Amino acid sequence: MSHPAPASPPAAPTPRGHYRAEPLWVPWLCLAPFILTTVVFLAWPLLQSVLLAFKQTYGPRNAVWVGLENFTFLFRDPLFWKAVGNTALFALGSVFVQLPLSLGLAMLLNRPGLRGRAVFRLVFFAPSLVGLVFVGLLFSLMFAPRTGLVNTVLHGVFPAFDPEFPWLEVYIMPALILAALWLYVGFNMVYFLAALQNVPEELLEAASLDGAGPWQRFRHVVLPEIIPIASFVVLMSLLGSLQLFELPFVLLNGGGGPDNRGLTVVMYLYQTGFITGDLGYASAIGWVLALGMAMFAFAQKRFIRRHEEN
Amino acid sequence: MDIPLSRRRALLLGPIYVALTFCAILTLVPFAWLICAAFKTNADVFAHNFLPMGDGFLGVAWDRLTVANFERLFTELGIGRAIANSVMLSAVSALVATFFCALGGYALAKFNFKGRSFILSLVLASLVIPGSLLMAPGYKLIHDLGLLDTYAGLLLPGISPAFGIFLFRQAMVNAAPTALIESARIDGAGELRIFFTIILPLVRPMVGAYLMITFLGSWNNFIGPQIILQDPSRFPLSVAINQLRGMYGTDYGLIMSGTLVSIAPVLALFLLLQKEFISGLTSGAVKG
Repeated sequence: MSHPAPASPPAAPTPRGHYRAEPLWVPWLCLAPFILTTVVFLAWPLLQSVLLAFKQTYGPRNAVWVGLENFTFLFRDPLFWKAVGNTALFALGSVFVQLPLSLGLAMLLNRPGLRGRAVFRLVFFAPSLVGLVFVGLLFSLMFAPRTGLVNTVLHGVFPAFDPEFPWLEVYIMPALILAALWLYVGFNMVYFLAALQNVPEELLEAASLDGAGPWQRFRHVVLPEIIPIASFVVLMSLLGSLQLFELPFVLLNGGGGPDNRGLTVVMYLYQTGFITGDLGYASAIGWVLALGMAMFAFAQKRFIRRHEEN
Repeated sequence: MDIPLSRRRALLLGPIYVALTFCAILTLVPFAWLICAAFKTNADVFAHNFLPMGDGFLGVAWDRLTVANFERLFTELGIGRAIANSVMLSAVSALVATFFCALGGYALAKFNFKGRSFILSLVLASLVIPGSLLMAPGYKLIHDLGLLDTYAGLLLPGISPAFGIFLFRQAMVNAAPTALIESARIDGAGELRIFFTIILPLVRPMVGAYLMITFLGSWNNFIGPQIILQDPSRFPLSVAINQLRGMYGTDYGLIMSGTLVSIAPVLALFLLLQKEFISGLTSGAVKG
């Protein structure tokens, strides 16, 4: 690590007195708030959630042990699978629509000689400062039929477009993907831009002199250099997508929308835990979700390791 | 081809400006719509997308713009209370979390002690635990501790997030030379004085970035206060504005003015401090 050697050479008296080694209690005192809050507000609830997952509860006070029933019920619960399907659709939209756009914007911004880079970056980044609840409110009005901006503009540009297009009744997940696109495209762009700025310009020049076209330069020079950060962004985006909650919660005014077309896994967790009052079933949902997320995190780690070996 | 890559690229800048400007306008449109809606009557919100058309300067009916939505927010609906709550909650959580995270990061970066690698792996492990997993048992815990509907229940879990400890550790490993700390100790400086006069100034950009990250996170936090708080007089803006929608669902102008009041301060703060903020955000990721 960074620390060279134990900082306790023989205590040679100095003119001012004696040498003071680093006091042992200092690091523990510095870390006390972290350790305390981690034990109380993380480790303990985590342990509780393991136990809760095997219980059925009615509010925070009453609980009955039900063994594996929460899990067996979960896998036969059509509403859960509906939520999984919706969440997966959103995750696919994030990774295959939003991230390529973020990377594209970052590559445009990374052009040598471009002026106004800071201004563009600022504009693209600004939406990610807006809280999810406020984005939800804004887009719930913008997606409104007839009066909402999205439909009036689409109808104005393509007169065939139905101004009553029911975004928040039928096309909920596409609407969510669009809202998230506006919200996160600049946020992810900042990471891609940071990665691209580390690609040595000489490498690109050399590849160009060797006759590599733009696609080949991207595939063989840029991509290998940005893979570590890019795969981190993909992972963060996936994990964030799997936990999608506040945006549809606000956009759909607390429910899953008509026919639960906007129900996500965490929304279902919230509904079972806080509306139905079964914190046990909610915990079981939480653990299945955590397992899924851990699998993605593990896959990314392996991917990075293989990339570094090559 | 003989033209060097850099020259060929310069020729291509024109279309790039066009593409970037187009995307920038698309990004700004929702903001423009929001601002216009906040200053319009509901009749005009439904009749005109942006500014109300009329026979004033530039074809805009400027005289139909109104601050009535804001007046209602502040007088009838008492949104000032929610603003004060949000400012207080965000400021307290940002200051406390930044202080404790800087302390914790300092301990992990600059002290050799038994158990350091264990604590470091604890930090990394806490980073990957999904918040949604803790929602149900966390609520139960807050309930059991008697902290429901209190600010303590909202603030205490976040006084020292693992993410911040990790960021400050990364920053201090490189930025604060161990020799400097040791010589200060030899000179008889107390541990607190070393931390405040030597360590903190060395990682000033990270302090600024983390203050903003936590302030913003707390300002925009919706689900925490939504679950933990019950008394409307304690609600921060995020919950209060969303409640407004439940009560005045079709009053677009009112809801948009509330949203504008909620997001304008953080956007302004960011404009002032954006450089530090972005460098702080990416510094955690650029670790290879």
